[in-house]
Amino acid sequence: MNENLYKYILTVADNSLILGQRLGELCGHGPSLETDIACTNISLDLLGQVRSYFQYAARIAGDGRTEDDIAMLRKERDYLNVLLVEQPNTDFAYTIGRQFLFDVYHLAFLKEMQNSKDLTLSSIANKSVKEASYHTRFSSDWVKRLGDGTDESKERMQNAINDLWTYTNELFEPNEEEKVMIDEGIAVDITKLKDSYYQTVNNVLELAALKVPELKFYQKGGKQGIHTEHMGYILSDLQYMQRAYPDMEW
Amino acid sequence: MNQIQHNVIESMMIAEQNIDEKLVPILTEVSDPEIPVLSIMDMGVVRSAIIENNMVKVEITPTYSGCPAMDVIGDDIKKALRDAGYKSQVDLILHPAWTTDWITPKGRQALEDYGIAAPLDAEADKDVLLNGKRIVTCTNCGSGNTHLVSQFGSTACKAQFQCDDCQEPFDYFKCLK
Repeated sequence: MNENLYKYILTVADNSLILGQRLGELCGHGPSLETDIACTNISLDLLGQVRSYFQYAARIAGDGRTEDDIAMLRKERDYLNVLLVEQPNTDFAYTIGRQFLFDVYHLAFLKEMQNSKDLTLSSIANKSVKEASYHTRFSSDWVKRLGDGTDESKERMQNAINDLWTYTNELFEPNEEEKVMIDEGIAVDITKLKDSYYQTVNNVLELAALKVPELKFYQKGGKQGIHTEHMGYILSDLQYMQRAYPDMEW
Repeated sequence: MNQIQHNVIESMMIAEQNIDEKLVPILTEVSDPEIPVLSIMDMGVVRSAIIENNMVKVEITPTYSGCPAMDVIGDDIKKALRDAGYKSQVDLILHPAWTTDWITPKGRQALEDYGIAAPLDAEADKDVLLNGKRIVTCTNCGSGNTHLVSQFGSTACKAQFQCDDCQEPFDYFKCLK
């Protein structure tokens, strides 16, 4: 088994899995019917992408593991998503802020992954990139609406961006397995996406009449499996059925 | 979750549909579970169907990655083929990615008749979803005086619209290229 490739797939896929799970929490709880449906639609796209990734990872593992095992039966330290996506739905501005900060990255990432030497990864990217562009459109629109809206919506949107900003830099720091995969032309060289990411994000914040946070210290660790305190709660929700009823199926 | 396996590499280079003539009538009978009037053949999701040693191999491609209809479609295809006396295997392929261009003219008409506005071309679609241009035609009264309610509708592939003349809410099938 190619351990580096396996871990790299998880590094990419776990972002979509955990963000999809977070968005799924809003099912029936969105602030309006349309946003509720939008968030769960995006969640569904992300989970669909995850299935493609995990089926591929299961093939590489080649030891009988299935996509469900990989999704549901790992321990917290074995999940390699960035810290950003596990942050909670504190209020709608946080949900939108988290989505926006991830979407801008995700779209640029998938565009690049279409050029991967790994044909499965490039195919998944080719499919997902169209979906990510819809997501980016949705979250960018809402950042502008809230930022350039009432005093209250502006304050909340600014607070969310300020709080989440500390998790953005991690998006561009490859973990050890990823570095090997970058050298082999399989992984996206995320270090090269950083400048245009902040440029795009800053442009939208400016249009939204929001301030770009000034920050010198950034959080990291998710891609090494060291997560924030929120992660355990997400996993207990995500894994409950498989833990309570092992091997259950639809 | 394991009914259909994604099978990407083997099918990488098949851009054109490759469907055995004998199988067309059988597959045409299978419909999209979320849009029952629409055959999967008119939807363009069947990319190949060939007979090898009495075994039918079918490849389908999802409209959106998370489309929950794909598992049902896979099962329905197997059932239709079994009823016609064939064993079958259904694989899900991702490349080339599905586009709304693959919906046939007959399929577009079926969508409209069912109350879902058919996708516009990419440019017009952008004008509608981003710039609020009023060019989507109401499926109920035919008026062009309609507005976007939400970019995300009842399923991943649709957006929500409302007609300002007859007030009817309706789905618009988003352009995907």
